[in-house]
Amino acid sequence: MKYLEEKILKIIMICAAVIILAVLLFIISTVFYRGLPALSLDMVTKLPGGGFYLGKEGGVLNAIVGSIYIIVGSLVISIFISVPLVLYINFYLPAKSVFSSVIRFSLDILFGIPSIVYGAFGFSLMIYLGLRASLLGGILAVGMLIMPIMMRSFDEITRLLSRDLPDALLSLGSTKYEMAKVILRQLMPGLVTAILLAIGRGVGDAATVLFTAGYTDNIPSSLNQPAATLPLSIFFQLGSPVEEVQNRAYASAIILTVIILILSFGARYFSSKFSKNKI
Amino acid sequence: MLGIAIFTILLLIIIGLSLFFKALPIMREKNLWVLLTSAQWKPFKGDFGFLPFILSTFYVSLIAIIIALPFSILTSIYLNSYASKSVKKFFEPVIDLLSGIPPIIYGVWGTLTIVPLIANKIAPKFVEFSTGYTVLAGGVVLAVMIIPLLISIMVEVFRSIPKEMIDASLSMGATKWQTVKKVILRKSISGIIAATVLALSRAFGETMAVLMVCGNITQIPHSLFDACYPLPALIANNYGEMLSMPSYESALMFSAFLLFIIVVLFNGISRFTLIQIEKRYQF
Repeated sequence: MKYLEEKILKIIMICAAVIILAVLLFIISTVFYRGLPALSLDMVTKLPGGGFYLGKEGGVLNAIVGSIYIIVGSLVISIFISVPLVLYINFYLPAKSVFSSVIRFSLDILFGIPSIVYGAFGFSLMIYLGLRASLLGGILAVGMLIMPIMMRSFDEITRLLSRDLPDALLSLGSTKYEMAKVILRQLMPGLVTAILLAIGRGVGDAATVLFTAGYTDNIPSSLNQPAATLPLSIFFQLGSPVEEVQNRAYASAIILTVIILILSFGARYFSSKFSKNKI
Repeated sequence: MLGIAIFTILLLIIIGLSLFFKALPIMREKNLWVLLTSAQWKPFKGDFGFLPFILSTFYVSLIAIIIALPFSILTSIYLNSYASKSVKKFFEPVIDLLSGIPPIIYGVWGTLTIVPLIANKIAPKFVEFSTGYTVLAGGVVLAVMIIPLLISIMVEVFRSIPKEMIDASLSMGATKWQTVKKVILRKSISGIIAATVLALSRAFGETMAVLMVCGNITQIPHSLFDACYPLPALIANNYGEMLSMPSYESALMFSAFLLFIIVVLFNGISRFTLIQIEKRYQF
């Protein structure tokens, strides 16, 4: 009897796992199936021309470049904040300090805050500072969104590093700053993984940039100009009643999906590299 | 470095406070109780009743959890106690990808597949007419989105159970499933609840994907096949027009504040529980 139960449940579990796998393949194949016919080189190399939203020619280069600008800007901000912080809580503070667990706890909560709330907060911050929807606003909001993501994944990897290395360095007479430099080199693959994960989240998120970065058909030339982003571009094209424009939304969705696939496998590659190098 | 550390803790408080002060005008103007329980939503007449949005958010998230929980529990048990190493290795990127796919792609997928499926196949069996943009569609899309979060936390929780306990059970002649049922699940019930609460708060805040499939009609949904209008969608849809009316803007900020409070509370409780679990089994 108990062996029968065992067998049945094992089958149910395998079914559940297979269904999850199937759903993933279903999502990716749906996007590719609908988008491939409309995908062309023009999509990635041209700006939206006149009447683009009525089905005339053009591409989503504005959104691709806008997304890149925003993600690069927000990455710079969040790297400069998260790298020192992670080193601080792991190596400067004692191993079981209350302060570091308070920081980690607040990072966990920041991580859970929905992107729309970051968007709304960023928007009210911009009004307070007198900014309009602009590249700068988008960078700040996305920076806030990806900072906790980056810190958490970088922190998780840093915690795996044994404490022997810093102890050895310190006992050799290096200062804490010199120690941090050596450790950072050791942690490089981990940092790259964290960055790739953060890019993935930042590029794909629409709710934060909806308020803060605005939308435009041009490539922004300064921080004060609005910037288009790929997810919003998909969203707006999808809202069009013209079928060709909708098809191009699916094609843009392929572009975004491919970017995410590359980032995700890249992150995995670097994190496996890290576990090989680990001492 | 200390400054940055304090800054991250303060950021949470700053976000909360600034949303609170933005929401203050509407809370002064109206009774808080009225705001939360009235179903009248006519911003241009000054009626702000959030009940339809709150209930919509709640229903969609609840359906998502009901769908996602069995799949996640079964899959994480499978990955933890049954699967071979190579299957585990294979599933890691699957979970990664599912959690990495942007909400907008889930939205596109939902409108292309789930919405027509509900409109043409499922809904006609129960109600006369449905556009497909329904509570159910939102719930299904959300369920897929929270599954990776649930699985990754539950696998961690199951892993934190001491191996001696499992070995003891197995050596007494219990089958794997009996061990799972009597030892693993019983020991990790608090972790499963914490993961569920965390996933629920993720579901509350999800914006774009839900917005694209749930219809966005201001009403209290009475069945699975009614359109609904969750809080995040309300904020996202009205950001342009709200500036002209101070009370409208304040009302939208109130909904952002509401989301913030709920999410921080839920996150705080479940993260705290998970940290306790992790500590309990660390030797």
